[in-house]
Amino acid sequence: MIGSPDVVAFAKEDEYGQTSPDPWPLPEEFSVPLYPLADSNPWAKTSYAKFTKDFILISEFSEQVGPQPLLTIPDDPKVCGTFDLNYFSLRIMSVDYQASFVGHPPGTGYPRLSFVEDSRVVLGDSKEGAFAYVHHLTLYDLEARGFVRPFCMAYVAADEKKIMLQFQELSLRFSQASECLKAGNRRAFAKELQRKLRDLEYTHSVLQREEGLQREAGPQSMYSAHAVEKANELANVEKSIFEHRDLLKQISSYHRRPRRDPHAVTCQKCVDECLSECEELLNKYAKIAYPCGYSEKAGKGEDGQGHPRGQGEDDDDDEEEEGVKRKLSYTPQLIKAKSAKCFDKRLKTLQELCDKTFYEATVALLKETERSFRGDLCYLYTRRLDKALQRKQRVTAFLFEEDLSEDDEDELGTLRPFCAVNHAVDNYVLLNPPPIVLTPEPHELDALERPEHLDPASETSVTQESELGLGESHLESSPSDQTLETQESSEETKGSFSSDKSGVGLAEMQQGLVSMKSEAPDPDPDSDLTPDPNHNLERESSSEEMETTAGEDEGETGGHQTPVSLLEVVSELEANREEECEGVSGSELLAPIDTACCMAQEGFLYEASAPEAVPRLCQNSHLQPSQTLVVNQEPQALLPLQDDYTVGSPCSESPVTGLELPSGLLGDAVSRTSAEDGSDCTMSASTGSDQTASPLGYGAVVTLRQRKKAGQGALRFVRQYPFAIQALWCLLSGRTLVVLGADEGRVRRLVAALALFVPAPGKCGERVQAWLSCPFTLTDLQRWKLIGLQRVASPLGSSMLYSLSRYSRYISILDADQTTLRCPPYRGQLLTNIADHRTYIRRGSTYFLHLQSTLCHLAAKAFLFTFTHHLHLPVSATEGPEVVESRRRCFLQEQLGLGEEDSQILLYLSQLITQQYLQPNGSSAAAPSFSFNYTTSILYKI
Amino acid sequence: MQRWLFFFCKMGKKSPVLCIGEEQPKNCFTELQVLKGHFDIVRFLVQIDDFRCASAGDDGLVLVWNVETGERLQELRGHSQQITAITTITCKNEVTLNTSLITASSDRSLSLWDPDTGNRVQTISDLHSSVKCLLVLERLCVWLSGGEELCVWNRDFQLQCQRPNHSDTGITALIELPKNYIAAAMDKKISKSTKYGKLCQHFILTVFVALDSCLFLLCSSDGLFASGSHMGELILWNATEWNLLAYEHILWEESQDYNQTEIRMGAPKPSEMSIQHLTTNGNLILAAVGSGLYVYSVQTRSVVAYRKVAHDSNVLHTMLLSDCELMSCSEDGSVRMWEIQDLPLPAEPASSGFFGMWSFGRSNKQSGPPSKKVIDIPNIRMLELTGDLIGHSGAVQMFVSFTEKGLVTCSADHLLILWKNGERQSRLRSLALFQKLEERGGL
Repeated sequence: MIGSPDVVAFAKEDEYGQTSPDPWPLPEEFSVPLYPLADSNPWAKTSYAKFTKDFILISEFSEQVGPQPLLTIPDDPKVCGTFDLNYFSLRIMSVDYQASFVGHPPGTGYPRLSFVEDSRVVLGDSKEGAFAYVHHLTLYDLEARGFVRPFCMAYVAADEKKIMLQFQELSLRFSQASECLKAGNRRAFAKELQRKLRDLEYTHSVLQREEGLQREAGPQSMYSAHAVEKANELANVEKSIFEHRDLLKQISSYHRRPRRDPHAVTCQKCVDECLSECEELLNKYAKIAYPCGYSEKAGKGEDGQGHPRGQGEDDDDDEEEEGVKRKLSYTPQLIKAKSAKCFDKRLKTLQELCDKTFYEATVALLKETERSFRGDLCYLYTRRLDKALQRKQRVTAFLFEEDLSEDDEDELGTLRPFCAVNHAVDNYVLLNPPPIVLTPEPHELDALERPEHLDPASETSVTQESELGLGESHLESSPSDQTLETQESSEETKGSFSSDKSGVGLAEMQQGLVSMKSEAPDPDPDSDLTPDPNHNLERESSSEEMETTAGEDEGETGGHQTPVSLLEVVSELEANREEECEGVSGSELLAPIDTACCMAQEGFLYEASAPEAVPRLCQNSHLQPSQTLVVNQEPQALLPLQDDYTVGSPCSESPVTGLELPSGLLGDAVSRTSAEDGSDCTMSASTGSDQTASPLGYGAVVTLRQRKKAGQGALRFVRQYPFAIQALWCLLSGRTLVVLGADEGRVRRLVAALALFVPAPGKCGERVQAWLSCPFTLTDLQRWKLIGLQRVASPLGSSMLYSLSRYSRYISILDADQTTLRCPPYRGQLLTNIADHRTYIRRGSTYFLHLQSTLCHLAAKAFLFTFTHHLHLPVSATEGPEVVESRRRCFLQEQLGLGEEDSQILLYLSQLITQQYLQPNGSSAAAPSFSFNYTTSILYKI
Repeated sequence: MQRWLFFFCKMGKKSPVLCIGEEQPKNCFTELQVLKGHFDIVRFLVQIDDFRCASAGDDGLVLVWNVETGERLQELRGHSQQITAITTITCKNEVTLNTSLITASSDRSLSLWDPDTGNRVQTISDLHSSVKCLLVLERLCVWLSGGEELCVWNRDFQLQCQRPNHSDTGITALIELPKNYIAAAMDKKISKSTKYGKLCQHFILTVFVALDSCLFLLCSSDGLFASGSHMGELILWNATEWNLLAYEHILWEESQDYNQTEIRMGAPKPSEMSIQHLTTNGNLILAAVGSGLYVYSVQTRSVVAYRKVAHDSNVLHTMLLSDCELMSCSEDGSVRMWEIQDLPLPAEPASSGFFGMWSFGRSNKQSGPPSKKVIDIPNIRMLELTGDLIGHSGAVQMFVSFTEKGLVTCSADHLLILWKNGERQSRLRSLALFQKLEERGGL
């Protein structure tokens, strides 16, 4: 029925492991591997897909209409273009390899929930030019067939390699999202069950009353058809109650089963909360239902609450009677009605299936995922390499690098479970970091084989549970799970992993009336067993209140953080949204600014690739029928493109036009070419297809983008002003630079450009004040290293000028209107590299990279200087400070070859490093100190 | 002599107010910390021990600072009005030296504070008048408060004796003299009172009625003390005989050249010739007269060096760091460091360091050449500016030097600034760095 999808086995490719040993190997994490397929063109791939950039697709297999797409991230029709989402949904849903088993297995009394692990698969559709990482998951829905609703999330990209090589990471991210969805779903499911149970209880009591009335009416009607029907109905309701109660137990036992999925990390706090909540519900309904269920006496009068009987008993289709002993064997009539209803009832949307909070958090997470995977493989790889390198220089990274701390966590090796309700940080689990995967290296397997790193809490709960459930009947929710578990039982404990609650419950029922207390030994010590007195009231909350349940539940169990946490979630989500909007608008704004030559370059790219794309597409479609199963081989559309521009593949000896990316050591290439003009088209070209957002600055959205943009300004400054070098020296040596001007825009631009040179500008650029229109004080000088100051011709202005002249010894003044600079003279050589006004660099981003490398070099020197003991402290007790001083000077001058002024830069950087090291977060009770020196300033003019 | 005149003419014409420029090789204060905490003018600084100091001001707050780190250690709250006097009192226990603070405020109360804990140990309120000066006599375990009346207190804040005053303005300064005498500066006269132990017998000897109010008293070396008046008179007294040893009338502006005074548009304001502050190190007496500085040698009874216009406006506090180095602070917001040099060097060219764009400048007071009377004194030496500290935006009220640890200045802009030697600080930081490195066992 479905044309067999190209299911790609995720296997490692061994042949890449055997490269000849390098005599000078770099450390593993820094080595830049060859581009995996040396004969392929990494940029040509996107050209023949029908969509413009990668996106995330969420689809479901609806029991009514079959596979259907639900939403795409980003939610922009332009992204998908002419790509047929319906068709693709069909394909991705047809490769659902979740070991799902719907309904209840024979031999058990009740319908079982199937606890299935997510399945991950890489799928390719070479005809469409689409490749997808597909993540299947199952959500529970009381009204759905077999209580399950299959969904899948797919990361759709045009580049197969990208998917394959990012598999680990994708799997990790999507697992997080999936866990989040499922957590919300379990909550919602429990809620739904609870409502249903209440309805049933109500029905039960009503029926019981009716029956009692009948009985009172007289014995003659005892065996009338009506009475029998009533009794049947009653029994049916009771059965239904039991079933639902059992379902509740099952869902609450969800967390106790072992997870095979290494990536399925859940927030422990969420789990606890959910557990305790379920316990509570269970307790409650156990108390209410058992007495009336078994005693057949008059109901306990729980009818005061709840809704009038709504869809009361029409739910479970195929029932079986073995479990309950007093069950009458007859088939309720309502089944038909229900199954008939199957197609006109409205299925719950994904949003309803999960808590709203969780849903939104998941969507946010997926958006973040999408954002972090933008750009092509090469870009992703270099960025990650960049980050890995930065992480190595933690001590000095604060000087010139953008702040990494936000997106550190997930890549740093602490894998934090994604938590929709934003639980505290303390519950993350240490995992191995997902390796940087470009070439399919052996360590991929390692990564796959690390399910042992489950969080300790769940482990303990597992063991506890196995102790508890040892003697009980081995009832596993899904047989496939069961078999797998027994196979894998070496992993954890040897006991049987039954779902605890259901086991207990069933055992009870089989034994007949066992005291309720047997429920009490709870494997989870934390859970709150005493039902809340307000609980009933709380539970009356109708569906409108469902939105807030996440917060409420937290309040009930956690007790103290009810409204706050919810608010936080909401506000955070909103903030995310805003940020996103900003990001988008920013990128739109940015695109035209990105200099003429840049545009030209990209235009070139388009011209180069676009015409090629069409014929390739045709060709490819011709080829398609013959291509049988695996898309593991390259679409052959790429080879001719290499004539147009070379991407340094060793086979093509003719590097023609500007794009030259030697395939040797990529890092070397970057650093080498960064000094040349136009080298940064590696960046812009890498994602030539998505123009709206430039590839730089995905991680730290605003800052890096701003910095890149500022690179252009800085380049212009350097080229325009002959005294640029002095200005840069002032900034780098810690002397506050005041940019004075009447025109705000101009001053702001200058400040933005010069801000690149401010060491340790702070996370949000705290050391830079872009525009100041009041006189400043000494504390301002201390706080800001770069100040844009308004020149006004008023008394206020004169007082400002007074403060300028008064503090002139601490500042350098760049007059934007008269283009003069007043600062101490600089005669060093260190900065000529970055402040050469005859530079051949033409593009801002190139200059930015060049600058980055120079500054990084400086930071490295400063690091060396700072942490070299004998340059600061005497080696022996007899040495005085003068000896140390001379040694330091000697080191700076002779070993580093720095003059007097250049040494000042290093001394200042060293001072910053020292301060940062001593007070890592910059917070100390003492006031910050401000260093300066007494030197004469001179006036530079153009 | 020719050279001298030439020099002063040059000074007068080119730069009547000294401007050292930005090159200050002798200035070692290359690092500063701004200490915030006060809400009003900070007037007093007092050194508690070798790393702490207390500041007090018009907001009634007393703050205790760690000079080494710049941390605020304690905040002593209790006075409702401005603080008028503050001093330290040291109690000797068996082992430790306990330093406490005594403060006097305009709310007519006196308080004893423990700077370690920030507690108010003792307090006396509802005095008849506010106390203007305090004097601690460690030797006798008593302390005195001077205002409109002179009171003697013991260490437990019990009033030992009291002496009402006849004058309107009250006692403005107190010093201790040999033989259990104290001298109190009152309006227009210096009184001496003695007391023998706790008997508190007083007698007042009015020694001299100055022309104007006598403001500053200071105890100089062996058997001498000096007083200065608002009229610019500096008088050296014999501390035991209470007779006048030397009289110096410092009249900057009493120029013989009549034209000059005309240019100066009227008579000099009293503040320009009044002695603002007196300090001594035993050999030299440093008098701040108006905006000038005047160094007087006790031995030779003569002027050693002087600078008529040392600051842009009145000098508020001075200090002799050594026999040849001194420091002064002024209402113009700067602290200047001076060196007494033997040979007058040609004046430095005024640094025309400013941009043309803000060519307004401060309206510099044109002042005439110094009086010939002073120049006539032989062996005069040169008071050379070696550095200045600019940071405050208001008048620098006072400063306290912690020698190598730095210098604390307090100002009318509600701030304290801690000036430090940058090299020393960087050495200390390096030390801390390597210590931390060692503790952590590596990066």
